[in-house]
Amino acid sequence: MAAGFKTAEPLEYHRSFLKENCRPDGRELSEFRSTTLNIGSISTADGSALVKLGNTTIICGIKAELTNPTVDAPGKGYIVPNVDLPPLCSSRFRPGPPGEQAQAASQFIADIIESSEVIKKEDLCIGRGKLCWVLYCDIMCLDYDGNILDACVVALLAALKTTQLPEVTINKETSAPEVNFEKKHKLNIHRHPVSVSFCIFDDSILIVDPTAEEESLSTARLTVVMDEEDQLCSLHKPGGTPLSGEKLQECIKRATARKGEIHKLIEKVIKSMKTAQ
Amino acid sequence: VSFLRRSKFEEGGMMEVSASNNVSLREFGCEQNLLSRPDGSASFVQGDTSVMAGVYGPAEVKVSKEIYDRATLEVLLQPKVGPAGVREQSQEQCVRETCEAALLLSLHPRSSLTLILQVLHDDGSLLSCCLNAACMALMDAGLSMSCLFCGVTCAIGADGDIIADPTAAQEKESRALMTFAIDSTERRVMMSSTKGSFSVQELQECVAVSQKASEKVFQFYRDSVRRRYSKNL
Repeated sequence: MAAGFKTAEPLEYHRSFLKENCRPDGRELSEFRSTTLNIGSISTADGSALVKLGNTTIICGIKAELTNPTVDAPGKGYIVPNVDLPPLCSSRFRPGPPGEQAQAASQFIADIIESSEVIKKEDLCIGRGKLCWVLYCDIMCLDYDGNILDACVVALLAALKTTQLPEVTINKETSAPEVNFEKKHKLNIHRHPVSVSFCIFDDSILIVDPTAEEESLSTARLTVVMDEEDQLCSLHKPGGTPLSGEKLQECIKRATARKGEIHKLIEKVIKSMKTAQ
Repeated sequence: VSFLRRSKFEEGGMMEVSASNNVSLREFGCEQNLLSRPDGSASFVQGDTSVMAGVYGPAEVKVSKEIYDRATLEVLLQPKVGPAGVREQSQEQCVRETCEAALLLSLHPRSSLTLILQVLHDDGSLLSCCLNAACMALMDAGLSMSCLFCGVTCAIGADGDIIADPTAAQEKESRALMTFAIDSTERRVMMSSTKGSFSVQELQECVAVSQKASEKVFQFYRDSVRRRYSKNL
């Protein structure tokens, strides 16, 4: 009976739970699904991380390559993020060129990297106007169950934190780069942005960390990105029903609490990897 | 260009953050029903930024895009030069979802609405100009809406000043840039898109400035429509 109700009237089904201040999977309105993190999952990448947020699974690999800096920014390297939503992760995605959602997610990640200055692009420069690093951050969704943006940001941050780059020097005589794989150093992570997504149900009820089903039934989505110093890096609300100032305040409050949890999680995982080695 | 005095922020009271009264925007201009083919059209000018919008519909919809209980809205944003890129796509998404929330799409089930935005010149605050042009064109097409909306862009300068409706030069110098869509009924935030980093208080000040500025924009909407119909009737 309950299963039939869910299929026939999904919105009513969710409403009946929300009326009691809980959700079909047993969570409270402001509760995240359990988040797990694994780092160094891809041994061939320069840095990698796998994040699970409930069923949503995101893997991020970072590949560093040497290249020439662009003419208009000779003292800077660059970062190229890409979010891929393959047909594997959900039936809603078809093979072929990236769809609108994948492109919007890639743009969102690029904007966060730009706004938060996770990595100073000057740090990626090796020889001014001659040589720099380009970091390809490939983020792939393996299982789509809503809220990929939050999972992507955690995966990206954890992967960047584990990335190690070999030392590169430019030979003065031949001006050819010499890579020293013996000596590797970590990237300098300046800020630690954490993203928190919300859905608005029936124009008024705010729920955090929506599942795919909740996302499709909601009337608006909202993502707040905050770093460790309580600075906002992004407030992304691509339309939908209007939001009052008080509700916005609530979202920011929840984001403040969440960012601490994520920073602790990343620290803990990196620490446990160190002791395991 | 106005430089606003920073006001003290009180806990929980976003609406109480008061921007000083003189939020100044650039010169606005609008012309409706200037194209003959679309069902609704408008051009919107903010200073040197200019966008033209055309609305087609309600018309027949492709079967693959058909939604059984409401109209399908498609937004196309054409840049001045070159093909539309990923950035335009994300702006299209912002405009589309804002329009979807304002329009009463359930009045036209299984039909299509197409909104085309052509950038004529970009001198800052482009997304807000697109939103304003979109709203005027939808109004001209005579589509039923639950509320009107307007776009306001705010830039936070290097010294923390908030500039409403910045030019391209001011955008370039700014530390953070925010664009909001504000609804006409309760002045709430329908859409938000930001660039750069800023504090919670700065966000609240910008929302307050945008709400203040939205009153001016809605007044402009009213004046412009009144002017148009006083000529016609």
